[in-house]
Amino acid sequence: MAKVILFDGPFDPYAELKKYEAALVVQHGLGQYGATTSFVGTMRDFNEGDDVSAMFLEHYPGMTEKALETICTQAMNDYPILDCIIVHRVGDIKPNDSIVLVAAWSAHRGAAFDAARMLIEKLKTDAPFWKKETLKEGERWVEKNTKG
Amino acid sequence: MSIKVLFFASLRDTLGRASDEVDTANISTVADVWEAVARGEAMPSNLLMAINQDYVKADANVQDNDEVAFFPPVTGG
Repeated sequence: MAKVILFDGPFDPYAELKKYEAALVVQHGLGQYGATTSFVGTMRDFNEGDDVSAMFLEHYPGMTEKALETICTQAMNDYPILDCIIVHRVGDIKPNDSIVLVAAWSAHRGAAFDAARMLIEKLKTDAPFWKKETLKEGERWVEKNTKG
Repeated sequence: MSIKVLFFASLRDTLGRASDEVDTANISTVADVWEAVARGEAMPSNLLMAINQDYVKADANVQDNDEVAFFPPVTGG
């Protein structure tokens, strides 16, 4: 079924994970997966040597969701996984807030690890999100992703 | 007969507006749309572009009523 959710306020990635896993059991039945890999991205209060007090996450309504759905579909096609989810925050964000959750479920660990890695890396290059940081001196757009 | 054009993030700041509209006369590709809206700004080499919310290259053809978007490299996650 794969799912994409955008939140414009704080979300609890572990609650989302649990909620989706409950739905997944209803959908696929009990005992259908043996491995779950999840990745949670959290806002730091530093970047490029500067203190960051807040961040704004801009997106392209419509295209962002579409890009994330395409990434989920690709993961489902490319790896033997049962299901996957992408949850992402938009709007004003504070340090320690969760920014992103990706997770994949599969029979064995390899596919879940590989698919989760693909989901986050592909999101980093393909999904229309832009970070603007608030520093002591003012605001700045983040120009590129840091190396994973 | 027009094309809606959207700009995001730092590019919106650079061009001074979030959206624009161009007449389709003399416009056949996304690169032509850029020429019509960029007011002399050269197209950044890392610029990303989309037609109707799908990624395309600068030589992709545009049609009447298309939504064309230009934006800098994405930085989500």
